Amino acid sequence: MKRFIPFLVFIALAVFLYLGLYLNPREVPSPFIGKPAPDFRLPVIGEPGRMFSPQEARGRVWLLNVWAPWCVSCRQEHPMLMQLKAAGVAIYGLNWKDKDGEAAALLARQGNPYVLTVDDRDGRVGIDYGVTGTPETFVIDKGGVIRMKHVGPITPQVWEKKFAPLMKELDA
Amino acid sequence: MSAPRRLVLLWALLALPAWGGEARPNAEDPQIEARLMRLAEDLRCLVCQNESLAGSRAELAEDLRREIREQMRQGKSDAEVIQYLTDRYGDFVLYRPPVKPVTYLLWAGPALFLGIGVGVWYLTLRRRRRLQATQSVSADELAQAARLLESEDK
Repeated sequence: MKRFIPFLVFIALAVFLYLGLYLNPREVPSPFIGKPAPDFRLPVIGEPGRMFSPQEARGRVWLLNVWAPWCVSCRQEHPMLMQLKAAGVAIYGLNWKDKDGEAAALLARQGNPYVLTVDDRDGRVGIDYGVTGTPETFVIDKGGVIRMKHVGPITPQVWEKKFAPLMKELDA
Repeated sequence: MSAPRRLVLLWALLALPAWGGEARPNAEDPQIEARLMRLAEDLRCLVCQNESLAGSRAELAEDLRREIREQMRQGKSDAEVIQYLTDRYGDFVLYRPPVKPVTYLLWAGPALFLGIGVGVWYLTLRRRRRLQATQSVSADELAQAARLLESEDK
């Protein structure tokens, strides 16, 4: 028995390293889960003069999708967002660091999955939400509390596994 | 135009692309800049995760440095700035994570492993010494060894 100990230690180490291969270093535990969504007031794209603040979305479950016209994986995610919109999911967009102001044209061209999109040109609100890149999606409940954060594009698999059960629970 | 002159002109043309990147507007206040750099050395850039916030050229790092700079100008302390960052990005931004229940293993880990190593080393030594102590060599065995050595020599 005794001489198997090094072997067992090796197996344990190998298992840890193997699992480590599949961890996503971008999935940093977010300090926002279970906390109220940070407040902001930002101009709404395509509606001059209109400002939006998360308070307005109180009473409904909504997604805050952080995206940018220059972001490639956001484009991959776009068809999925369109499907979700068709299914009645309320998605609000945060147009992050779009210095050239290309969002409106892009949405007009490719279709707009958002209830509305706000313009966070200098990225300040993004920082308040702890955003490190695009796309990132927050699930916010009826009381304005962040319940989940997803880093990276929403694929159908991700939606089924991570979002759908939570959305069902929150909508109830 | 003489050949050397032409050469000089050519060299001048060559120098054109050396514009390179525009120098970043450095802070007007060198004191704040020094403080920022000292603080940012110990903070993680979240885009390129193994760089410090001081050294990173990622856009987010620049934005965060701008944010920190502004807060310092407003008279915030280092602790307040760090609080601001951990509120948003979690302890992950800190290269020196705080000591708290979830990080006990992280902090104690090296000492723990050293302890295990020393323990194993000690036990091995003790066992070996005991083996040596119990295995005395008998006269018969000595004679046998001598015979073997002799037969080698032939």
